[in-house]
Amino acid sequence: MPIWCEIISQDRVVFEGEADIVILPGSEGEMGILPNHAPLLSTLNYGVMKVRRHGKEQFFTVAGGIVEVRPDRVVVLTDAAENIEEIDVQRAEEAKRRAEEYLKAGPPPDTDEYLAMEAALRRSNLRLEAARKYRGPSMPSYRREGS
Amino acid sequence: MPNTREVRLRIRSIKNIAQVTRALQAVSTSKVRRSVTALMHTQPYATKAWEVLTHIASQPGRDDLHPLLSQREKVSAALLIVITSDRGLAGAYNTNVIRFTLQQFSQYPYPLRYIAVGRKGRDLLLRLRKEIIAEFSNLPTPPTFKDVSAIGMLAIEEFLSRRVDEVFLIYTDFVNMVRQTPTMKKLLPLEYRHEKERVGTFDTVTHQGSRAVYIYEPDMNTILNRIVPRFTELQVYQAILEAQASEHAARMIAMKNATDAATELAASLQLEYNKARQQAITSEMLDIAGGAEALSIQEKVA
Repeated sequence: MPIWCEIISQDRVVFEGEADIVILPGSEGEMGILPNHAPLLSTLNYGVMKVRRHGKEQFFTVAGGIVEVRPDRVVVLTDAAENIEEIDVQRAEEAKRRAEEYLKAGPPPDTDEYLAMEAALRRSNLRLEAARKYRGPSMPSYRREGS
Repeated sequence: MPNTREVRLRIRSIKNIAQVTRALQAVSTSKVRRSVTALMHTQPYATKAWEVLTHIASQPGRDDLHPLLSQREKVSAALLIVITSDRGLAGAYNTNVIRFTLQQFSQYPYPLRYIAVGRKGRDLLLRLRKEIIAEFSNLPTPPTFKDVSAIGMLAIEEFLSRRVDEVFLIYTDFVNMVRQTPTMKKLLPLEYRHEKERVGTFDTVTHQGSRAVYIYEPDMNTILNRIVPRFTELQVYQAILEAQASEHAARMIAMKNATDAATELAASLQLEYNKARQQAITSEMLDIAGGAEALSIQEKVA
């Protein structure tokens, strides 16, 4: 019996569908959720979550949030989530460079802009790393980047 | 009687106006749709977050509530987030929001501070000499969650620093294309108790026949900390989308009325033009006839 999985961000439903197992970056460590899991509420870290169904895996980056687990469903609430296949490596690289340049210039920390840039850097790092690690070799834009 | 050339020019300019207003009407119609779609997309998160929030907040033995959920015994100031539009040409849309605000708070005994979202509202509030602590204008249509989350963050900050003890959202509720009503909603502290009936789904979860006992990681407070500010920001986001849908619907109606009025005016001017033209022809004919008559009389005499 599969478990129903939903990934929801504030402005859209990123994924919904059946899964045999869902692996999540919980704040207390990685956790794998199988059908009939005990009810659970947990916070999530920045990271990659996996949804496996019939031996095929889909990967999603999640930018923190919380997850609610019930015996028959897993619901992830997050600020931003993205299917790894959707990640635009080039754009992420650019965002990363911009953030790094900004932080290198040594602006006063603790301002809103500083924190926003720091968060942006963290996000782009996560996306790039995820794309690098989990994407199939059929992605030409990435192969060029990696070599 | 106006001369025919003048009337013709007026007809042409009025037809041009009608064309512009008709175009604006079409634009507004599609923008309403976009805002409403964006609003629908926020619903799943809002529903789920609310479930989790009320579930944790109403667990037994939770007297030390989250600061954003606890009512203050003494209220000494309030913050109003007033959502209007950046542009006019939307009928009474903006004035309605401001009038509603003043009405609601005319008896309010404590000082009020304002966050103005939208340029029109800001101008009106400034003219009334209200204390505005921040303004957000030129938001895209529809905005993304990130564009507006700063508004919610600011409200939370003001609330936590105890500069204000209550926060209200004032915006225009989109009922349908022809009906939009100004609405007030209490944003902070979050009132979760009044809507107990919505808690429902959590109580019905069973696990292998026994009532669900949740595991919390790392603990309830951390989870609540994570979800409450997000939910607050999301409420602001939803209010803005709702207000934008209303704004464009109001503009659509205003533009439709303008188009109708222009078309009507053009028709009545056309009538006037026809009359003037006919009269000119008639008088010319009379002239010619008169001239011809005079000639034939001369010939007879000769």
